[in-house]
Parts: sequence; C-alpha cells; structure tokens
Amino acid sequence: MKNVVVIGNGMVGYKFCEKFVASEKFSEYKLTVFGEEPRRAYDRVHLSEYYSGKTAEDLSMSSASWYEENNIDLHVSEMITEIDREEKTVANHRGIKYSYDYLILATGSSAFVPPIPGVEKEGVFVYRTIEDLEATEAFAKKLKAAGKTEAAVLGGGLLGLEAANAVKNLGLNAHIVEFAPRLMPRQLDKGASDMLQSKIESLGLKVHLSKQTQFIQGDKTIEGLQYVDDTELKVDMLVVSAGIRPRDEVARECGLEVGTRGGILVNNQMQTTDPNIYAIGECALLNNMIYGLVAPGYDMAEIVVDQILGGEKEMPSYIDMSTQLKLIGTEVASFGDALNDAKEEIDEITYVNKRNGVYKKINVTKDGKKLLGGILVGDSSDYNALFQIYNTAMKLPEEPEDLILGNRGGDGGSLLGDVMDLPDDAQICSCESVTKGQICGVIQNGEAKDLADVVSCTKAGTGCGGCKPMVKDLTDATLKSLGIEVKDNICEHFDYNRQELYHIIQVKGYTTFDEILDKNGNGGHGCELCKPLIASLMATIHADTANKEYTIQDSNDRFLANIQRNGTYSVVPRIAGGELTAQQLIDLGEIGKRYDLYTKITGGQRIDFFGATLNQLPKIWKDLIDKGFESGHAYGKSLRTVKSCVGSTWCRYGMDESVSFAIELENRYRGMRSPHKIKGGVSGCIRECAEARGKDFGVIAVEGGWNLYVGGNGGATPRHAELLAEQIDNETVIKYIDRFLMFYMRTAKPLQRTAAWLDRLEGGIEHLKEVVINDKLGIAKDLDQEMKTLVNKFECEWKQAIEDPEMMKRFSHFVNSDDDDDNLVFVPLREQKMPQHWK
Amino acid sequence: MEEILEIYKSTALENVTTWFEAAKVSDFPKNGGACIKYKEKQIAVFNFERKNTWYACQNVCPHKMEMVISRGMIGDQNGIPKVACPMHKKTFSLENGENLNGDLAPIATYPVKIKNDIVYIGFSD
Repeated sequence: MKNVVVIGNGMVGYKFCEKFVASEKFSEYKLTVFGEEPRRAYDRVHLSEYYSGKTAEDLSMSSASWYEENNIDLHVSEMITEIDREEKTVANHRGIKYSYDYLILATGSSAFVPPIPGVEKEGVFVYRTIEDLEATEAFAKKLKAAGKTEAAVLGGGLLGLEAANAVKNLGLNAHIVEFAPRLMPRQLDKGASDMLQSKIESLGLKVHLSKQTQFIQGDKTIEGLQYVDDTELKVDMLVVSAGIRPRDEVARECGLEVGTRGGILVNNQMQTTDPNIYAIGECALLNNMIYGLVAPGYDMAEIVVDQILGGEKEMPSYIDMSTQLKLIGTEVASFGDALNDAKEEIDEITYVNKRNGVYKKINVTKDGKKLLGGILVGDSSDYNALFQIYNTAMKLPEEPEDLILGNRGGDGGSLLGDVMDLPDDAQICSCESVTKGQICGVIQNGEAKDLADVVSCTKAGTGCGGCKPMVKDLTDATLKSLGIEVKDNICEHFDYNRQELYHIIQVKGYTTFDEILDKNGNGGHGCELCKPLIASLMATIHADTANKEYTIQDSNDRFLANIQRNGTYSVVPRIAGGELTAQQLIDLGEIGKRYDLYTKITGGQRIDFFGATLNQLPKIWKDLIDKGFESGHAYGKSLRTVKSCVGSTWCRYGMDESVSFAIELENRYRGMRSPHKIKGGVSGCIRECAEARGKDFGVIAVEGGWNLYVGGNGGATPRHAELLAEQIDNETVIKYIDRFLMFYMRTAKPLQRTAAWLDRLEGGIEHLKEVVINDKLGIAKDLDQEMKTLVNKFECEWKQAIEDPEMMKRFSHFVNSDDDDDNLVFVPLREQKMPQHWK
Repeated sequence: MEEILEIYKSTALENVTTWFEAAKVSDFPKNGGACIKYKEKQIAVFNFERKNTWYACQNVCPHKMEMVISRGMIGDQNGIPKVACPMHKKTFSLENGENLNGDLAPIATYPVKIKNDIVYIGFSD
C-alpha cells in the first residue's frame, strides 16, 4: 500500500481527496491529510454568508464522518513544518514524522498585507479564515457598542468586495478603498466598474478609487487611513483584502523551486521540481501564474489524481478564468478575453442601461464571426449561453449585437437556440468540469432518472451553481428525447404536481389526508411536503379552517401562531387596514402587559406580541376575542394585511377613501388559504404611501377610479406589481382581484408567491388580463363562485379553537403535566424582554 | 447549552428498567405528536396511527437546542418513519434518531408500549 500525504485541507485539498476516493484504485492507497485550521475544509468562496446566518458547519465541504467513512486519516490543527525529500517524510510542528510515496502540497495562500506603516494596529484584520471572521465580528460588536460604525476594506477586487459585503452584514458602514481607478481591475473595464459602483453605492456602501494609503492613523488603535494625496478617511476598523500570497514556506525550505514572487513551480502535470511532490491550488505557480479561482484548482486536483494512478492527463496550456458570481447583491460575470489583453484588433459591443443598472460588453473579431470574451454587470442571466458560444467557438448570429440585446426579430428563441445543439464536449459546469456529453450520458445509460440524480452522479451545479438552469434544460430535453415525461411531483408520496392534486381533490371531493394518500398516493405516512400542501388545497377547495385536521398543517397553522426563535409564539390580531380606535389600543396594551409580552409594530400596520408560551396562547386569545379582536392569520399561507395610507378621509392630496377600501378588501379575503402568503395595499393617490405596488395586489386611486396592480412583492427578490386594469370602480376592482387570486390559487406551484407565479405564467400579464378581464378561458364564472364560497364561509379559527375543549388540548406543552417548558430563558431588552441568544 | 443533550441517551428495549406511564392514548393526536415530562426530561411521543406504531424521542432539537420536536410534523422517507422539527425542518429518523437531511448529531430515541389504552415510555433510569 502506498502512502499519499496531502498538506492542506482547503477547498482544493478536499477536492483532491474527493476525486481520489472516487477513483477505482483508491483502496491501494493510504491517504493522510493535514490541515492547520481547526476545522474540516469549508467553502471559502461563500465566506461572507457566515455573517448572514450560516454556521461553520453549514459552510463545511463534507460531513463530519466523511473522512472516516472513506478511510482518510485527517489531522486538523496540525501544521506540517518540514519535508525531508531524501527520507520521503513530513514532520508536524511537534516533530512527529509521517512517510509518503506521493506528497501533495495544497497549502493555499494567505492574505497579502501590504507593508503600510501601522497595519499592526488594533482594529486591522484580514479576510481569509473563519477565525479571521470571528475576530472581526468580535471587534465589530465592541465598535457598535461604543457607537462607532465606520469600517474600510482595503482592496476593491473580488475578495475585497466579498469582504465589504461581510462588513456590511456586520451592521457597519463599509468603505471600499482601491488603489486602481476601477473596481475588480483584473476582470472589469471602466464602464462595468462604474455600473457596479453605482449599484453597490445605492446599497449604502462607499467606494473610494485611485486611493493609495500612506499610513494608518491612530495610536494603538486604528483611527483612519492617510492617503498619499493628502486626503484621509476616518474609520474605526480596517479589513485588508489586497490580494493573496501563496503559502510556499515548507516547499521553499526543502529546496523545491519557487517563483521570484512566490508560488511553488509546477509543470503541466502539476509536478514540482521533485517528481514525487505535486502542488495544486493557490500555492502552485503554473505558466508563471497563480490561479486564485476554485475551478482551475479543482482541475489541478483531478490531474494529480490521474497522475498518481498512472494516467496522462495534463493541465491545458490556456486556463480559462471566466467567472460568474453575485457580489453585494449584484450579478457580475466576465469570460474569455474580457479586457482585450491580447491587444488584437477587435470590435467591442457595449450595452449600458443606467436605469436598470445593467452593463454588457462583448468582444468579437473584426469579421464578426467569433466571440472572444465579455463582461456582464447587473444581469448575468446570459452568461452560460455566452460562455458556451465563446468556449465552443460557435458561429455568431448575423448581427452579433443580438447576443446582448436579444433577438429583436420577435421569434423569442434563446441565444443558444436549442441546448441540445451544443457539441458533446461543451463544458456546462466549469467548477466541476462536467460536459454536456456527461450530463446526457448518465441519463441515457439509466444512471440518472431526474435532475437530482444528474447532480449527484456528475456533481454538475454543485460549485457556484451558475450552470443549474442549463443542467436542468439539458436534463429535461434528454429525458424528453427518451420519451420520459418530466414531472414536478410534490414528493415521494404522490406522483402528481400541485395543480393535478387540486383537480383530483375537487373532482373526488376528498376531505381527509388519509383518503387522498390511500386512494391516490404511494402509501406510507406522507411527509412535511405533501401534508401542508394538501391541507392548503383542502382549505381552498372546501373553505375549511386550519382546525379541521391539525396534524397535517404546517407547524404555525397547527398552533395558529408563529413559532419564534426559542419555541415561544407571537400573537397578531387582525387590525384591518391598520385602523384601530384608542380604546382598542388600550385593550391591546393591557393584554400585552398582562402576559408580559414583547410588543412591536409590524410592517403590515398591526401589533405583534412575542414570547407567548404554548400554554398561554388560548388565554391570550380568549382575552383578545372578548375585546372584539379576531385572528390576524399572520401564521398562515393566507392573506396577511391590506396596508393603507390615510387617503381622502384626512389627506389633502387623497383622491379616494383608501382606508375604507383596504378594510373592505382585508375583511373579504381574510382567512383564505393560498399557495403562499398574500399581501395587499391601497393608496389614496399616486404618491403611493401604502407601497401598494410592492404587494400581491395593489390598488391606487387615480382620476376616474382605481388602478389595479398585481404580482408584486418585497422579500428576497423585490418585484413591482404590474398594471392589470386602469380607472375601474370599487366593484370591478373586487371582481378582478377575486378572479386573479382564485386563478393563482388553482395553478401556482407549492409555496410560489404571485410574483414568481406571474413571472412564469405563459404570456405573462397580457395572458392574465385575457383570463381575468376578457374571460378567455371561460372560467370566470367558476372563479367568481369559488371565491364567493370562500368569502361567505369565513370563520375565526381562534374563536373555534377556544370554544372547543377537544381543540384546546393542542395548546399545552406537556400532555401529562400543566407545567410550562422550563428550558425557556428570557433576557431584558430596552425595558422589554427577548429570548437568550442561541449558543 | 449543549449540556441539555447530555441527559438524553437512546434506550434500547432490552435495557429498559422503568416503563413510565405517560398518558392515555387519546391524549395524543392521531398521526401527530405531543410532549410528556419524565423527571427532568422532555420526551416527544408520536402516534403513527396509519400503521398503529408509536415512537418516542428527545423533545430538544440538537440544531438550536429548543424544546420543540414534539410539535413537528411526522411522516416517512423511503419507508423510514421521521419527524421534521418545526423550527428549520431538520428531519430525524424515529427508528435510530439519525438526522436525515443534514449532519446534526442523532437524537435519542426511546421504546414505547401500549397497554390497556395507556402509553408507556421505556427508560433505563
């Protein structure tokens, strides 16, 4: 058995192990891995997500047991300090020796800290490891507690922008300081940088270009940056992200050849000057270059596995550095020779749309036949297609500008035409080097039956994920070519999608989950996907409340309250249109005080009580109902609120009574279950104080009636609602909203909001107008009738629950004791309370 | 916080020394769960009525250490009975406690027996 030793357990080091384990002859080798960090390899590319809630475990590349399961000896927190090439051994910092037959250096790189006077001051950090992030976070907390908020990131490259995003996520004001006159100088031109700058500045970050730092101000602790042009920037913290330096110390000391500016010299087989030692990833100097991206690193790992096993694979002489990513919420991509480094005679085609924040540039040959490279900022949805065209040197359309402007002839074809027209060796996933041939192959040979199988067989799409749409298209097209129907079944228990189940329940009149599972399902018990979905469908079809069959309801619907971080609940009574009397306000205040609840105003103009235990819920609701309140359904996939401005009732600009109309609409659709939550808004004039266009349905008063907008939402992908009808009266507004909502409830996918539904609705808003206004499908009467039933059958489910002793049994923490959960710990917060922090 | 987990250890049927009388069958929802108190322990008990089988496990979710598993939704995955935590939908096998959709530590499971419409949970303490 031969010993293979890997020094370094970063992304590339891990990838080497993964590829090695997957090889047929792995059992003939003993693999030992050393990592100097205290944890297993993690995803450094998405490091900034550590501050937006991901844990170190979430970022981990493998499960805790993976190394053991695969018989890999992993040593974390262990630094290799010496290589003895004569003896073929490595020694760790405690002097313990391990022998090797093949040695892989995957030592990666460290953050480059430029020799600026003062970088040793307190408050100066680098951005590289989880430990760096933890130290930065701890310092940021101290700053915020002291009322300090300004933080700079030195370096406006790819990593610098990631770091700036991380700093922003920490709640500090981020300043990006870049020496070059543009952001991401290695990938972007001036136009692209300008667009990226305005996008990130609109998010509150500040960009300072062409700034060279002379020294860092402050005594012990940083107070600011002094630039050479005599200007300065006052900051309380600095994160240095000015590039990387390869970790070549051990290689250097054992006499391996290294580059003048660092990096372990390797040939195309990734072999160092010692044939038994390989170097891969950011520590390797190949073609006199350090490749700081994950994709080439993964390729290097694959080459070395092949080399050890006696193969003949080599790294290509030209390594593609194309990249597509999301930086501070902005899509950025560059591919091929984006900056015309080759200095050839080319044609540049540029599209700039400052209104939408989109910049696209492509470089094509003078004869207009070949795509050489390009840049996309603000919208990189065409990246995959453009990359394929560039990478496979496909012939360009007659008018090359169609590539970025779209085909304006109106046939709606995609840039690439049919994905199946790509050659088999077209690389679809560049992170994992998966070709079209491999993707189609695993389906054709029966290894994969659906998208999930394709992903697990080929690993396509598991890196940056940018190729996922194309992998899906290829999978669907291949399945279709084999005559296999592509289905979006809801889960393993049903061979139906949501719309089909809706139809089945409606036609067969099923009223219990068991009935549906027994007659139309695949047996078993159901699961957390199909149960709440069927609960929602039955609520829509039969106008049931969530009390009907409460164990198939999503957790929040089961307890008619929103579960919060510590397992307690929040309570939100309906305050239709946001209107309430002073007496009601007093009543609410008294109830909140009685149960010692944390109180806050919600975004939907109501009052939210937090910290109610399961045992308290019915008591609180009884008190609320006694005072005339009812459930606000804040816990359900149902109508939340219809937000309103004060309208012509009080406002001197108001065109109509927005509050009255909002109350009417909220009371009409209250309690109704839908594929996802629904929000509404009514504004009394075009100043739009109710933000109605950010809602699923929004109504705005104009001269001569109301304008009705549909399909908007806030959330992760904000979308403005689109105009459905203009200058219509109250009755028509209601008729159209009825039909729109009912049509949506019938046809949406599970947990799809109206915005996503409308985006994917064939024909879009124009088709919706045809259905809702002109009744093109001839279903308007049914839609009207179904909605009428829902409206008429409304019942407050909390009132139902507290009046039925059997239902009340649900609301106790223990079935064999009246005690409350003794695990709850609250801490004080600004004269109220909050749950103790997690961990 | 992790010390909460220390008191929950999976108990095999052959190691049961105490059959704790928890509650009546009718105190538990059909095809759902509820929580019982045994000494300082909180135990989630699930009634898989469709196959007339019962399972019990720790009530604390090892993800964020909150006492909520009993309020989770039950179901099965490839024939394995499971529960989904109501907090973040982490799912656990009720046969061996394994986290089915992640790398969390397994949860402790306990034997359940039904006699004369009374639910008993088996403990070794």
